[in-house]
Amino acid sequence: MTLWEVDIYPGSGQVDRAAEGLKADAADLGLMNDLPIAVAHGYLVEGDFDQTEIENLAARLLADNVVERTVVAQVGCDSLDKSPNGNGASLVHVLPMPGVTDPVAQSAMTAISDFGKPAAAVRTFHKYFLGDESNSLSEQQLDTLCDKLLANDSIEQVIRGPIDFDRLTFGTPYEFEPLITAIRELDDDGLNQLSKDGQLYLTLVEMQTIQAYFQKLDRDPTDAELESVAQTWSEHCSHKTLAGRIAYKDENGERHFENMLKETIFAATVEIRKQLGDKDWCVSVFQDNAGIVRFTDNYNLVFKVETHNHPSALEPYGGANTGIGGVIRDPMGTGMGAKPICNTDVFCFAPPETDAESLPPGTLHPRRVMKGVVSGVRDYGNRMGIPTVNGAVYFDKRYLGNPLVYCGNVGLIPHEESFGDAHDNDLIIAVGGRTGRDGIHGATFSSAELTSESETLSGGAVQIGNAITEKMVLDVLLEARDKKLFNAVTDCGAGGFSSAVGEMGEKIGAEVWLDKAPLKYDGLTYTEIWISEAQERMVLAASEEQWPELEKLFAAEGVEAVAIGRFTPTGRLCLKYGEATVADLDMKFLHDGRPPIVREATYTPNPVTPVELPPATGVNYNEDLTNILGSLNVASKHWVIRQYDHEVQGGSVIKPLVGIQNDGPGDAAVVRPLLESRRGVVVSCGMNPRYGDLDTYHMATSAIDEAMRNCVAVGADPSMIAILDNFCWGYTDRPETLGSLVRAAIACNDMAVALGTPFISGKDSLNNEFSYFDDNGKKQTIAIPASLLISAMGQVADVSTCVTMDLKNADNLLYVIGTTHNELGGSHYTMLQGNDTGGHVPKVDVQLAKATFAAVHTAISSGNIRSCHDLSEGGLATAAAEMAFAGGLGAELSLDKVPSSEENAHAAVLLFSESNTRFLVEVEPTKAAAFEAALANIPHAQVGQVTDGSEVIIRQRGNSMIRAGINELKEAWQSPLDW
Amino acid sequence: MATPKVLILRAPGTNCDHETAFAFEQAGAKADRVHLNRLLENPQLADEYQILCLPGGFSYGDDVAAGRIVGSLIRHHLSDTLKKFQADEKLILGICNGFQILIKSGVLLPDVDEGEMPATLTWNNSQKFEDRWVNLAANSSKCVFLDGIDEIYLPMAHAEGKFVAESAETLTALENAGQLALKYVNADGSSDNVEYPANPNGAQMNVAGVCDTTGRVFGLMPHPERFIDPTHHPRWTRGEGGTVGAGLKMFENAVNYFG
Repeated sequence: MTLWEVDIYPGSGQVDRAAEGLKADAADLGLMNDLPIAVAHGYLVEGDFDQTEIENLAARLLADNVVERTVVAQVGCDSLDKSPNGNGASLVHVLPMPGVTDPVAQSAMTAISDFGKPAAAVRTFHKYFLGDESNSLSEQQLDTLCDKLLANDSIEQVIRGPIDFDRLTFGTPYEFEPLITAIRELDDDGLNQLSKDGQLYLTLVEMQTIQAYFQKLDRDPTDAELESVAQTWSEHCSHKTLAGRIAYKDENGERHFENMLKETIFAATVEIRKQLGDKDWCVSVFQDNAGIVRFTDNYNLVFKVETHNHPSALEPYGGANTGIGGVIRDPMGTGMGAKPICNTDVFCFAPPETDAESLPPGTLHPRRVMKGVVSGVRDYGNRMGIPTVNGAVYFDKRYLGNPLVYCGNVGLIPHEESFGDAHDNDLIIAVGGRTGRDGIHGATFSSAELTSESETLSGGAVQIGNAITEKMVLDVLLEARDKKLFNAVTDCGAGGFSSAVGEMGEKIGAEVWLDKAPLKYDGLTYTEIWISEAQERMVLAASEEQWPELEKLFAAEGVEAVAIGRFTPTGRLCLKYGEATVADLDMKFLHDGRPPIVREATYTPNPVTPVELPPATGVNYNEDLTNILGSLNVASKHWVIRQYDHEVQGGSVIKPLVGIQNDGPGDAAVVRPLLESRRGVVVSCGMNPRYGDLDTYHMATSAIDEAMRNCVAVGADPSMIAILDNFCWGYTDRPETLGSLVRAAIACNDMAVALGTPFISGKDSLNNEFSYFDDNGKKQTIAIPASLLISAMGQVADVSTCVTMDLKNADNLLYVIGTTHNELGGSHYTMLQGNDTGGHVPKVDVQLAKATFAAVHTAISSGNIRSCHDLSEGGLATAAAEMAFAGGLGAELSLDKVPSSEENAHAAVLLFSESNTRFLVEVEPTKAAAFEAALANIPHAQVGQVTDGSEVIIRQRGNSMIRAGINELKEAWQSPLDW
Repeated sequence: MATPKVLILRAPGTNCDHETAFAFEQAGAKADRVHLNRLLENPQLADEYQILCLPGGFSYGDDVAAGRIVGSLIRHHLSDTLKKFQADEKLILGICNGFQILIKSGVLLPDVDEGEMPATLTWNNSQKFEDRWVNLAANSSKCVFLDGIDEIYLPMAHAEGKFVAESAETLTALENAGQLALKYVNADGSSDNVEYPANPNGAQMNVAGVCDTTGRVFGLMPHPERFIDPTHHPRWTRGEGGTVGAGLKMFENAVNYFG
């Protein structure tokens, strides 16, 4: 067999845009300016081809004759090393590491076979010629370019010079050898060492419990048994900290939790459902892979948001890619399988202008992280054919070592398919992608703190997804569901088969035939098969009667489905490799045997410190407003949004960008998942990490209020909004850190019950801290700010009643709804003054909030509001500016009548305070009376009107506080992230 | 009027099949979503249909190049089937990825030399996927799908949509033959200096859609099925959605062709 190389270059007259992009990136990262670069991509093809055959493949399949040219030769041939830029260039190849998913290579294999002769193996690569005769690079410069720009060594290999191997096939057949760990004789140090060396990430008490279990059995465990326990007991799978015992203390006294989540967030939902009685619209909460609520007479909605932070820190593209891929499998694995209908993605990064020289070792530049994460989500979400309709991006330097990637998905499921259960003796069917060594230890790894060493230690936990495999699974899964060909389904997420089979068989028992699992390549041990987190896999439970037809259907769509075991009613988890038993555990021990975690949690409120305000007269706030609009959290995210397909599936109603030029910041997205129906789903979010620095209780209520405001602002019915919590926190073994989380959870309970807004699912990601040794050898730790994301899913009976935030017509009236308080704490106004801790944090008056949401909804659904925008980051002034430039109209406002809790409030407070539960709305003069009637019991006031000018003018007592052109304001808002 | 039957061909990674079928049904056709494997197993299946539609998506993930792998499968296995379909004066529509497949399979524009395409759809100048609405003008008297359409506003959502011909002569020949049927124009309808983002990908001569010499085979990058309801329009809350989505007309034209 021969190894051929096909290099593909831009054709003559074509711009080398890949090189141009690379040059721009190099300049952005401060690496290199004006370096001559030429880029090719290509294929390594191993097989029995001659030169003519391979040239035919290159011309007819791999390259495009109109815009590309090829160089084809056997690996090692000189003709492959010639730079288009002449002599003196350094040649670098970048390839996915062996075993890393290479979707293009997989597809190319399929297509090559169709030409008549299959290839033994294919790999893709990129080829870079850096420099030229007058710009040659030093070894050190090359190192930097490879490391910072061209490759990520957690998934890619770099070859300097020509490709230096002559075959692609790898993996040697596995020879079965059971591994037993002598745990019974270990002392405590030995147990700790075993946990660490085996990447089990279990505590001493947990290790002792395992030891005692096997001492009682009078035998030692196999590696598969230890791994099964470690996966099931991992923070990622069991949420042992938050679902554990916590002794909490704050200024109100002490409180003891047996199960913190159950007694706060879950308890709120239980209470709300009780109050709703037979009007309860929750269907399934906190039990399946995603929460389920009622939508129409025939369909329910499913919603889940997950995080994929640790993998994204190491490999942003792959981490985010598999993050969205993973969360899509949650609705697919809920009930009997839901159809995903839209995505929501929220990211937290360090500022992209971070100095490259200041990066701690082991971190990637935030700009590279952001570009990688956005591309990763884009490529997976778009390929799945799921519109990404909602999102947000937050910036804070504390996300440098731990960027956050929240990925969410909404699904649609028929009522009768909303529940599924494996039956005794059902077959365990593995479907979708094959199992490889990818993602080993993802579940335990994601529960650990990151260090500058993580990259080398846990590289295997990072993966690349293959969206098309998942799309094929989705298509055939829904067909199989509708044909009633299985009894239960779940996804293989963290922990792989170990978690999926463990969960499905928890109440029954399971026997798994590990040697039957389809593998990507030879050489996997039975334990690797069991805990691999290879992507795009799901597990079904099907009876012997269902299986033949199920197998046929999957084959017809080219999706692999293999029986790998049986749910045997034994109450035991039994793993086999051939005839040998490699694990035999009591399901009860696995799921209930973990010793409860008991933790201390404390919270001490910070004293309120003052905010310095400018003199009451003689100042204007034009510059403050432009600075806020141009601050990263507020600035337009169009660079991100436009890379997502937000209209696929044909149900788009309110897009993420709205207004006269389709570029204003919409409050929430609306989609119509049933094309024959007018009923809409509304998706929004709320998050305020800055408020958490002042008080996590009010941060949490503010996040819920913001998510609700956004939803209600476009027309959602506030009595049917379901919310999700995603806690991303620092190291919760520290009582103060855990205390700040418990406080937020208590707030979630209080707010949800008061609003009647149920939490239906949630997830947490703890220990988001990054440690490294600085230049002086001193250990430094960066902890993320308390980051609670609230995602809201609302409903609107008829989408034609929805409104957007862009101003519509001159002479319409502008009203402020809600009361403004002196709450500049955590605001963008104080942030830009460099004051991170001063001022009062915004609070929520929950009873008033509930009434306000209801009244706004009445006014919108009866057609009395023309446009509506919630007041959030940057307060009233920012909202007014956004509404004006999105509508291409002017606005004149007076602060004098703005409802305020202070008499003669300071202009800065009225303009920029971020008090909750407020809206700025546009009302036609003829609808003013009806609007005011709807808002009768809610603080509101007419504060101005829309003009046909091109300025935003805001006055106080006749003095101009802000006077700025909408084009300038828009430019300030659009330019910072206009990449 | 007879109800024409539409074969909506879905391959691994196709993702606009449901809404495209819905659009055809709204227009009065009967649409079936059929997996490519079924047609490969039994090419005669095509005989039952009057319209073949290749909807949008990412067939085979856009791996190798958008539309290339299905294009290659068609060249190897379905070329005669589709030739017969065309000879029977039936209609073929390719939207977005479907257009990419029609181009790369040689179905829409015959090869200049065996396997040598006269034109291609390649990476946007921005080198990335983009979703935005574009103004379009029809530029063909023969394209069945564009009958009665002068200007239309539709969303595009693609990464590889830049139309490039293999030579200036080919481009001119296509233009003279009325085959460059749909073009990006400025918001005011003018066709001079159509720059990014009005021309969202850098297509030569602002080409957004191409038909064959008969006008019965048509491929376009924008998505007409995404504007068949007034609330699809990005500014419907400003009263700009009209009473019916303008994209529906293309599907109605296809149905009416058999009327």
